Amino acid sequence: MKKSLTSTLTGSFSIAIQSLKSSPVRSALTMLGIIIGIAAAIVSVSIAQGGGQQLQQQIENFGTHKLYVWPNSNRRGGRSQGMGTARPLTERELEAIAEIDGVEAVSGRVQSGVTVVSGENNWATQVQGVDQNFRFIENIELAEGRDFSVRESESGAKVAIIGQTVANELFGTDNPIGQRLRVSRTPAEVIGLLEERGATNWGQDQDDVIWMPRTLVASRISRGASNLANSVGSLAIKIWDDQDVLVAQAEIEYQLRLLRDIQPGAEDDFRVFNFAEFIRARNETELLLGFLLAAFSATSLVVGGIGIMNIMLVSVTERTREIGLRRAVGARKSDVLIQFLVEAIMLGLLGGIIGMLLGVGATYFAAQLGDFPVMISPWTLVGAVVIAIFIALFFGYYPARRAAKLDPIEALRFE
Amino acid sequence: MSNLTNASPLIECSGLGRDYIMGNNTIHALCEVDTQIHHGELVAIMGPSGSGKSTFMNMVGVLDTPTYGSLKFEGEEISTLNDDAHAALRNASIGFVFQQFMLMARTSAVDNVRLPLMYAGVDRKQQNELAMQALDRVGLADRSDHTPAQLSGGQQQRVAIARALVNHPRMLLADEPTGALDSVTSEEIMALFKHLNDEGMTVVLVTHEEDIAAHAKRVLRFRDGYLVSDSSQAQAA
Repeated sequence: MKKSLTSTLTGSFSIAIQSLKSSPVRSALTMLGIIIGIAAAIVSVSIAQGGGQQLQQQIENFGTHKLYVWPNSNRRGGRSQGMGTARPLTERELEAIAEIDGVEAVSGRVQSGVTVVSGENNWATQVQGVDQNFRFIENIELAEGRDFSVRESESGAKVAIIGQTVANELFGTDNPIGQRLRVSRTPAEVIGLLEERGATNWGQDQDDVIWMPRTLVASRISRGASNLANSVGSLAIKIWDDQDVLVAQAEIEYQLRLLRDIQPGAEDDFRVFNFAEFIRARNETELLLGFLLAAFSATSLVVGGIGIMNIMLVSVTERTREIGLRRAVGARKSDVLIQFLVEAIMLGLLGGIIGMLLGVGATYFAAQLGDFPVMISPWTLVGAVVIAIFIALFFGYYPARRAAKLDPIEALRFE
Repeated sequence: MSNLTNASPLIECSGLGRDYIMGNNTIHALCEVDTQIHHGELVAIMGPSGSGKSTFMNMVGVLDTPTYGSLKFEGEEISTLNDDAHAALRNASIGFVFQQFMLMARTSAVDNVRLPLMYAGVDRKQQNELAMQALDRVGLADRSDHTPAQLSGGQQQRVAIARALVNHPRMLLADEPTGALDSVTSEEIMALFKHLNDEGMTVVLVTHEEDIAAHAKRVLRFRDGYLVSDSSQAQAA
């Protein structure tokens, strides 16, 4: 008389399939909440993962072993004294930092907005006065031409390395190497062309730039334009890959405080940026969006689960006589329970798959529309369907149990 | 009391009773019933509503358990068995026929008939074979793919009888099986029950119509929860 579990389950499956097929509209309505919830979950997870992947990519591109030092405004008694009070960084400080153990390379950087002229073309861009090793620190390749020589760098030779945007604006399709241009009245020869880097994700064109020796820019181009004249501007620092960035950062801060004679307890008048943290801050909004969507989809899934419970309760009531009949012809309580649980699982599975397809479609559509990165991993899809089944099972249990507990006599008499 | 030379009766009730508690009142739905139903009998159970006949039928059908007394099925005490054992007993040994047919809508005749087999752990192929045999027994083999909506009332009740027969039960238990049918169709259904009884099937009919009860070889009458008359004992007396 004892039936095996497998025959009970295969029986339950055919009973459940038959039951679902006999009322397709009800089945579809039952699944709706799950479909929407799963679709929303897939969109949100894909956006969050896409953002995370992009962040990872940016950190890898920019390098984690990089620090930037900027002069900061003085503060006295907690009040900012304004930008004009910034104490510039000095050559001596640059040299001291270069001597620190973890530091592989240091470059100063003086920036100035300029108009660049070549023949009849002119272009407003930014000139960056940098040291010879700046390209190494920033890990940017040369598309053509050559770097500044050490001699050019130190003597402030009138040479320039230009970005792709500047090259296009001034020289069109001509080879820029060897061409002459004037940067705010200072003539220079183009010796190098930087590789194309595109825009940052906050929209800044990284190819719209000219590099010239720092000493040249500080003495002839940005002179008088800012209080950074005759100084090193800001510092770009490369830390050895096998060294801890935060340890090096602490050492740099310590050395600068000593050199700048900052008393213990007083605030720094400079700032050291850790680039990984910098990017992370930039991406906080995207992550927040991901969290909000995740919260939304979790809510949808709970609502979807309640929907399943609701419609299954209606279904149990509607099918009371059928349940009575099943009990009369030999269904055990557990058979009825399993039947309704299997129905719930099938609704979850089907709803999960439909929601998954809808979610993938919506993700690509949203990515196209909003122009942001998405990443759909197979684990997201598998997880979504598993969650759908779990939710259907969780919320289907109460109605299924109610069906199983019906008294067969009452159920048969139910009108 | 039991006579070991004879096979046990199919159903044996002694001192059987069923009380329902409704709020502060206890309703004595069935009181002190002593009777037996033997293999091969065609028994009608009669009585006005509230007489206890439905409660008695539920006891015999193992859908309900007695409050007191003994209920034996083929000699085995079943009132103490658990719910799963009752379900198994219904599945294997009792075929139910209802007034309202109780067929699943939008489901073909053959799928309706094989329902009890789904709970008997019979494989799908055998389910269909047995269901077709049962439909053939009630003369509806050619309507196996029809849904209830495509069948007349009499045909629907035949499908329901086929479903009751499909597990080769020890007894058919029919609750007002002609209650929803016209008189001509009722006679056809009764003829089918008599035919099945002639083949050896035990049939228990619950009815309030004397015409229907007249087909039975034995009539049990209930009133106010008591078994008040048994035609077989009246003849014997």
